[in-house]
Amino acid sequence: MISVGHYLAVSAVLFTLGVLGIFINRKNIIVILMAIELILLAVNINLVAFSAALNDLVGQVFSMFVLTVAAGEAAIGLAILVIYFRGRGTIAVDDANRMKG
Amino acid sequence: MIQLFAFYLFATIVIASAAMVIFARNPVHSVMWLILAFFNAAGLMLLAGAEFIAMLLVIVYVGAVAVLFLFVVMMLDIDFAELRAGFVRYLPLGALVAIILAAELVFAVGAWSAGGVDLAARAAPVVSDKSNIQQIGELLYTRYIFLFEAAGIVLLVAMIGAIVLTHRQRGGVRTQNISKQNQRRPQDATRLVDPGVGQGMEL
Repeated sequence: MISVGHYLAVSAVLFTLGVLGIFINRKNIIVILMAIELILLAVNINLVAFSAALNDLVGQVFSMFVLTVAAGEAAIGLAILVIYFRGRGTIAVDDANRMKG
Repeated sequence: MIQLFAFYLFATIVIASAAMVIFARNPVHSVMWLILAFFNAAGLMLLAGAEFIAMLLVIVYVGAVAVLFLFVVMMLDIDFAELRAGFVRYLPLGALVAIILAAELVFAVGAWSAGGVDLAARAAPVVSDKSNIQQIGELLYTRYIFLFEAAGIVLLVAMIGAIVLTHRQRGGVRTQNISKQNQRRPQDATRLVDPGVGQGMEL
């Protein structure tokens, strides 16, 4: 039967893939944002799995707030990306430290 | 039996498509794989009995966030080949960090399943005679109402921030100036003339 350990294994692999995605796509900030979404998805799976295993609904309520923050983060991140591209013509984040202030 | 099959199906697809998200050459394909990953994660959550979160995942992530990503990827004219330049160079470091993280997570799961932590106190126990959505709604609008409104404020701030950041004032466009329109009085804008016969008139 499926235990909470199965869910934890899936979300651990998902989390690790997200972190790996941030490292290997260092220049492409769009894929970095997608990797962050994967990490948050892994967190949500963890919360839901524990909520089901412990028979406690707070995990699912909290998972909803994580989802809200993830949506806001994606919107703001992509907005910053759009104005960065407008000013510079590329989205290579290697030289993002030139963006002083 | 069917649960086990469904679980392994969803888990396999979610992990495979997550791998494709980070390894795909084209970011448009990455977004497509991300949508597949979200759908299958919703399936996993449905399997765990969290119907509301599963539906929310499909609606919010697939319906809004993934479409937003798709818009931005297609709107910006980006040379993606150039952006993949450091792929091989960063792979060993990234793999090292990922392996360390995975080992830590496995260790944490092992320690947890050894039974060291006893979480006896349940904050909001599941009641079996109500549906999942009803229970979450009752919890959300009573005990967590301030947290819920704080989430609303987060979304409002994100919306205003995104609009303020991306809005730009272009020069050379004729837009409506409402205060100027309202300040205009009839006696400034019109005049009565009484031209004599044959004299013509100036405008």
